[in-house]
Amino acid sequence: MQKEKELIPQLYRAEFRKLVSVLSRSFGLEHIELAEDIVSEAFLTAAETWGIKGVPNNPVAWLYTVAKNSAKDQLKRHNLFESKITTHLQQDHTPAYETEIDLSTQNIRDSQLQMMFAICHPAIPPEAQIGLSLRILCGFSIDEIADAFLTNKENINKRLFRARQKLKEAHIAIEVPPVTEINKRIEAVLTTVYLLFNEGYYSQSHNTILRRDLCLEAMRLNYLLLENTATDTPAVNALMALMCFHSSRFDSRLDEHGEVVLYDDQDSSLWNQELIAKGNYYLNKAAQGNEVTTYHFEAAIAYWHTTKAAEKWEHILQTYNKLLQLRYSPIAALNRTYALYKVYGKAIAITEAEKLNLESSHLYHCLLGNLYTGEDNQKALEHFSTAISLTKSSVDKKAIRKQMIKIGQL
Amino acid sequence: MKDFVLLFRNAGEPMNTLSPQQMQNLMTDWQNWMGGIAAQDKLSNSGYRLSTEGNTLKANNVTTDGPFAEIKEILTGVAIIKAETLEEANELAKGCPILKVGGSVEVRGVIVMNMDYNK
Amino acid sequence: MKDFVLIFRGVNDDPSNQLSPQQMQDIMTNWQNWMGGIAAQNKLVSGGYRLGDEISTLKPGNVVTDGPYAEIKEMLSGLIVVKADSLAEAKEIAKGCPILMINGSVEVRSVIVMN
Repeated sequence: MQKEKELIPQLYRAEFRKLVSVLSRSFGLEHIELAEDIVSEAFLTAAETWGIKGVPNNPVAWLYTVAKNSAKDQLKRHNLFESKITTHLQQDHTPAYETEIDLSTQNIRDSQLQMMFAICHPAIPPEAQIGLSLRILCGFSIDEIADAFLTNKENINKRLFRARQKLKEAHIAIEVPPVTEINKRIEAVLTTVYLLFNEGYYSQSHNTILRRDLCLEAMRLNYLLLENTATDTPAVNALMALMCFHSSRFDSRLDEHGEVVLYDDQDSSLWNQELIAKGNYYLNKAAQGNEVTTYHFEAAIAYWHTTKAAEKWEHILQTYNKLLQLRYSPIAALNRTYALYKVYGKAIAITEAEKLNLESSHLYHCLLGNLYTGEDNQKALEHFSTAISLTKSSVDKKAIRKQMIKIGQL
Repeated sequence: MKDFVLLFRNAGEPMNTLSPQQMQNLMTDWQNWMGGIAAQDKLSNSGYRLSTEGNTLKANNVTTDGPFAEIKEILTGVAIIKAETLEEANELAKGCPILKVGGSVEVRGVIVMNMDYNK
Repeated sequence: MKDFVLIFRGVNDDPSNQLSPQQMQDIMTNWQNWMGGIAAQNKLVSGGYRLGDEISTLKPGNVVTDGPYAEIKEMLSGLIVVKADSLAEAKEIAKGCPILMINGSVEVRSVIVMN
């Protein structure tokens, strides 16, 4: 009994998305819920019958067969309907659906890739993309998605409903875009993959296992892109490197009480060396070819953070200089200023920081609090107080208070 | 394809020696010329018209009012085009209407910035 | 916020003034730090253009010559576009340009907004 209890959720996570992707190709995006329903039904049937008849020898094959048969029935009914009714009404004929459903490894992989491009389409709003990705590409349950977004099931169901509507309205084809469009479309996919990763990495949810799963799922999706020659581009490799480097520190970022451990305080023996090595591998691959993207710069910075080399901060500063010239972001501006402090000292960093015009950001005040510590403790405390008032995160407030207490002890 | 910067200079006198109609024609010619380059997908940046308002900064904190005036022909604008060679860029630049009112075009190849990410 | 073009002119290489590799490296670093600082303030409109040795000048009457407009010692070496509220602010930004430390100049010009 215990075995079935764990087996089905595991299978769900691994197989739901594969089956839905393949079936969606047969049914089309207008009937995506049908694909989702058929697959969910198959899992329900599994839950019911395996408890009584025992787990089959090949559970995956069993699920695939049930889903496939159910889908074929639906398709036949549609075709029958079409042929009976359309001849009767003489209206425009929608083509008969292909009733063969190919569940080979190759087709499963291809379908998922195509589904990624369909969902991560510029016509779909970003929040919708994340929701659909989590549900369809990653096979997370509604409960899990609600947990990740710190909301409830009803809201998630509403969001997904609206997202599916958008998908239908946009009339998106399920296919890998042609060579001429691929680089542009990959940008949209990578943005969503990165957002997904950050959901896991920076999430406020206390469910550490779920958050790690989110990071792993983002990396798995990216891996799908790498496996396909047409989508194995420098940018995709750079993002992979970036995610590897970040994940290598996953275990050291929170202490046993679930509190944030700042980078300088992290136990580097907890850093995953295998992931760091993988990151290096992908970063080298990303260097081949002529493309240099923001992911390249971010990955390079993440690389330097995996080392304790003395000259790392000079490299990090120069990389932020280039990243900012390519694309401005407040986070990069603040991080660059921190690197400036590490290379040139606090006085210069403070002067540059005060030109940033980011007074409404709690991170800005955290930075200034940091920089003023030991230089002008009064100002440091003022900035930290402002930071606390500007953030809603209790985890962040705690961390800032810790730094304020440290000043008192100086 | 490489980028080339076009630097436009006037004839050494302000443009107000042109009548309003002449100015209008110049503007139209300019748009047509730019449009032609854009139609060949060779316009990187339609660029900037520079006003006479400015400052020139030199070493030792020396600042003077106005544009750089070591020579009397001052810069009036900048644009960026794409071409395979300097010769091709020159060909595109030849159509610039400023040449018909006594001005000049300096064509400069761009050095691609080093975007290595220090690994 | 308005756009301002900053035009850089360096002095032509005088053989007796050659910079050592280390000095070149330092200038590059200073330059990147200065550009990075402008970018961090979200005031960099265009990442800028370094002008190389491929040079022609076109003059009226179909005249095309090799080389810059005028054979003066100050050569145009680059330009960037920044955002600022006023010419005074743009001037402040320009003051930090490393070219001023090696005898170059920075011309700051406000842009005429096309309609």
